[in-house]
Amino acid sequence: MRVRAQIGMVLNLDKCIGCHTCSVTCKNVWTSRDGVEYAWFNNVETKPGTGYPTDWENQARWNGGWERTKAGKLQPKQGSKWRILANIFANPDLPEIDDYYEPFDFDHDHLKSAPEMDHFPTARPYSKITGERIEKIEKGPNWEEILGGEFSKRSEDYNFEGIQKEIYGEYENTFMMYLPRLCEHCLNPTCVSSCPSGAIYKREEDGIVLIDQEKCRGWRMCVSGCPYKKIYYNWSTGKSEKCTLCYPRIESGQPTVCSETCVGRIRYLGVMLYDADKIEEAANAAEEMDLYDAQLGVFLDPNDPDVIEAAKAAEIPQDWIKAAQESPIWKMAMEWKVAFPLHPEYRTLPMVWYIPPLSPIQNAAEAGAIGMDGDMPDVKNLRIPLRYLANMLTAGDETPVAQALERMLAMRSYMRAKSIDGVRDEGLAARVGLSGRMIEDMYRIMALADYEDRFVIPTTHREQVEEAYDLKGGCGFTDGNGCSTGISKGSLFGGSKKPLKMPEEVR
Amino acid sequence: MFANFDINFIIFGVFPYVALTVFLVGSIARYERDPFTWKSSSSQLLRRKQLIWGSILFHVGIITVFFGHLIGLFTPIWVLDALGVPYWLKQWMAVLIGGPAGIAALIGSTMLLHRRLTDPRIRVTSSYPDIIIMGLIWLQLAIGLLTITQTLQHMDGAEMVRFMTWSQSVVTWNVNAWVTVVNVHWLYKLHIFLGLIITMLFPFTRLVHIWSGFAAPFRYLLGRKGYQIVRTRRQTALPAHRATGAGQSTKPAE
Repeated sequence: MRVRAQIGMVLNLDKCIGCHTCSVTCKNVWTSRDGVEYAWFNNVETKPGTGYPTDWENQARWNGGWERTKAGKLQPKQGSKWRILANIFANPDLPEIDDYYEPFDFDHDHLKSAPEMDHFPTARPYSKITGERIEKIEKGPNWEEILGGEFSKRSEDYNFEGIQKEIYGEYENTFMMYLPRLCEHCLNPTCVSSCPSGAIYKREEDGIVLIDQEKCRGWRMCVSGCPYKKIYYNWSTGKSEKCTLCYPRIESGQPTVCSETCVGRIRYLGVMLYDADKIEEAANAAEEMDLYDAQLGVFLDPNDPDVIEAAKAAEIPQDWIKAAQESPIWKMAMEWKVAFPLHPEYRTLPMVWYIPPLSPIQNAAEAGAIGMDGDMPDVKNLRIPLRYLANMLTAGDETPVAQALERMLAMRSYMRAKSIDGVRDEGLAARVGLSGRMIEDMYRIMALADYEDRFVIPTTHREQVEEAYDLKGGCGFTDGNGCSTGISKGSLFGGSKKPLKMPEEVR
Repeated sequence: MFANFDINFIIFGVFPYVALTVFLVGSIARYERDPFTWKSSSSQLLRRKQLIWGSILFHVGIITVFFGHLIGLFTPIWVLDALGVPYWLKQWMAVLIGGPAGIAALIGSTMLLHRRLTDPRIRVTSSYPDIIIMGLIWLQLAIGLLTITQTLQHMDGAEMVRFMTWSQSVVTWNVNAWVTVVNVHWLYKLHIFLGLIITMLFPFTRLVHIWSGFAAPFRYLLGRKGYQIVRTRRQTALPAHRATGAGQSTKPAE
């Protein structure tokens, strides 16, 4: 057992209102620069839809993620190391910027500089790449907002796999949900594996996946390697960039910008302990449907004395172990089993998990026809097809998703009975495999969602990672007088060198 | 002193050292001082069209040509003699391998240059060095292919031996190296001169990615066990690593 800690995230889709505050605040902080106008480290998609970049979930097309070869070997779907190197001159799996959208702005200046005219002046769009006029904007970062566009296009959504989708194109049967997406900070990231330069790495202390901008050579294999298409090639700097999980904030115990600003309070951050020795086996499970369970098997119970002992031996600080015990991620993913990984079939063992949304009862108009399972409506009658959610969250296995939705419905019934009738219905709780106390805990964390319950983030132990005395008098960033920008240990041109300490590879 | 001034001496006797010095010192300085600018500058994201075929033809062609020159020019003549390779055979190999590779590279670079100059997205995002170096390489390939017309007139390999002598003299600090190429056809001279110019401009352009391109297979295939990379910020190694030694094997998916 090799214990490591990771900051994980859960998004409660049941509460997402699709306001895009997360995307916009993220954009303002991280990607309002040349070359990444088109990049949204966090974006929110309306589902069903083909998403951003278009059709990203279809790995038959993009070859992202991993595959298990016939010989039972785990290798990136875009190819083994040899194959990746052979594609270095031209990457056949790389999206073009038009698969995201051509970044544009509007000619606002024209509104005030236009001469007197018969018609009211308008701000017409122009390309942020070429500066040329765009006559018609063909695509944007959220082109299918609230089911925009015709069903025939939206229904190319990969999650319709195995579903008779035609009926959902009918007005009466239509359904909708939001899917906010960011880097998954996977346990088995394909971006890291695909990088010939070794510029991308996972941090041992908190699991955050980062790109070393000084080592990145722009071979762009990470872009095609990531099945979530959450690595973006900066066409201005020629380097790849990605979500950093706002690591400067995480290190100081603050939530990421997207989580902090989430209006619906749907985001949770917390520590998960996992066994690094089990990663390969879990990612290489023979059946895709086993991957969700396999990933659960990688996580370690932070209350298990053996795990605590091993964690201490791995020099995981006491407050991190405590945070793992109080982790909302652990509770939702492991104790209540209401949160699921996004597309476990990509075999990356993602660490941003999702609580599936409840939805209105199908055919509710047909009064009396609603299937009831005791006091609760039958989840099979929910408007969003179970199979659709299962395709998204459990590689098509409907059972765990159905159980999660039942537990959420049970939570509502239980709390209604408690607050209106003053009855603690333990029977109801037991029927979904929980206890009254657990449901009340669920209610506190998932429904009330106080700040302290959503974000349980221990700070980085700077005494472990920095030589504080060296920092004295340093700049705190890798530029400027007295702070060398070089990566080598010595200085070629004389002068003292006080580089920021970069993480070192663990072998 | 100036009575003996010969432009050939400057270009083929002195300039090679200037170019090679700038090439090496410039590369090291850029890698050391400004690694952020060290990149391939791929434009595939902005426009796929013409890149896939152009880039593959160009790169495969030019890498073949590069190694052809490297091996062809710097294999000591006594090694050839010892192996019993007749000069005419080497000359024929150079034409038969280098010719098609050069043509592939020229076709590829024509596609890439055309794309760079005419595609609005690629044009505005190109720096001057990007365009200049692409143009120079195109010119160099064209001249290189034109020299074949001269080469075909003397397939005994004698001319080739002159260039081998010259390049080997340059790297062995022989000050009289330039004399060997004084009387060759001007196309060859132009080809060498342009080659030296490109060598000199190398560190100031995107060409620096060539270093990384040659390093990548070694880093990726030999330098990395398995696929994953985990980095730590810890000052002191973990006890597990301390106990089992630093070289603990990294599992493929870890």
